[in-house]
Amino acid sequence: MHIPDGYLGPGTCGLFYLAMLPIWTAASRIVKKTLNARQVPLLAIGAAFSFVIMMFNVPIPGGTTGHAVGGVLVAILLGPWAACIAITVALVIQALLFGDGGITAIGANCFNMAFVLPFTGYYIYKAISCGAPIDSKRRVVAAGVAGYVALNIAAGVAGFVFGIQPLLHKTSGGQALYCPYGLNVALPVMLGEHLLVFGWVEAIVTALVIKYLQKPAPELLAEGRKI
Amino acid sequence: MKIISKLWIFIGVLIALSPLGLLLPEHFKAGSAWGEWGTDEMQELVGYIPKGLERLSSIWSAPIPDYAFKGWEEKPMLSLSIAYILSAVVGILICVGVVFIFGRFLSKKE
Repeated sequence: MHIPDGYLGPGTCGLFYLAMLPIWTAASRIVKKTLNARQVPLLAIGAAFSFVIMMFNVPIPGGTTGHAVGGVLVAILLGPWAACIAITVALVIQALLFGDGGITAIGANCFNMAFVLPFTGYYIYKAISCGAPIDSKRRVVAAGVAGYVALNIAAGVAGFVFGIQPLLHKTSGGQALYCPYGLNVALPVMLGEHLLVFGWVEAIVTALVIKYLQKPAPELLAEGRKI
Repeated sequence: MKIISKLWIFIGVLIALSPLGLLLPEHFKAGSAWGEWGTDEMQELVGYIPKGLERLSSIWSAPIPDYAFKGWEEKPMLSLSIAYILSAVVGILICVGVVFIFGRFLSKKE
């Protein structure tokens, strides 16, 4: 889901940078209001977790690869705004240092993986787990469902952004200028592979870690202390 | 042990296991992620390289491209795995450093 340089036209890239500016500003403002100095290590672990989990490329044999983002877990533990910051840090370093995701597409990639994903995941988890005891099974299931659905929504947005490129940018001869695949290909492929494989990875990782944390660290799962 | 320490150990274990993300796709002959092809692969897939894509694709030259050291493309998987782990370590150290610097500005003093 790391859109590289060259797949999106300049307009799309600029639009997503513009869209992310107020989101990053709001995230900094909200996190500033609520983050205790004691919670900074947790935020760092969130960024580190997201960074490393994205390196676990899962193969579809003979086909393609994909990976979880870990963003839903970070959002459940720290709240969606702090997750937005943690995942943004991971994505920017991946782009600048490792060429994973384009620098022109940082806005778009952050919109999908650092905004759409943690926010949808967080609110799905909240809706399903609402009122359930900290150590209940319902919270584990809620975490899994949130991971699965949120990763797929983010993948769908990425597929949509890929898919509109041939509509926006074409040479006079009809060749694509950027991503050559239209909505009829990009959307079903991105959605399909995440629905079938990668969504489950996000679901399992999210659910397992929440399950593990229920006993030793109930305070991390308590409501009302999110950023 | 404090939960924070346990979580750091968890991150360490993930770093050590990270080459799985390199070896499994290699073993199952899985190609690039969809929509993340290089220009050569693009030529094969659609028969041409989109002009804008060709121009923008080399706009940034990352120091450790694809979590491997430059010039190591032909090295055996063991070397590539070591490079992958070192990349994870470097990337995570920088992530943690950046968050701690942010944290100094963003967090409330207690």
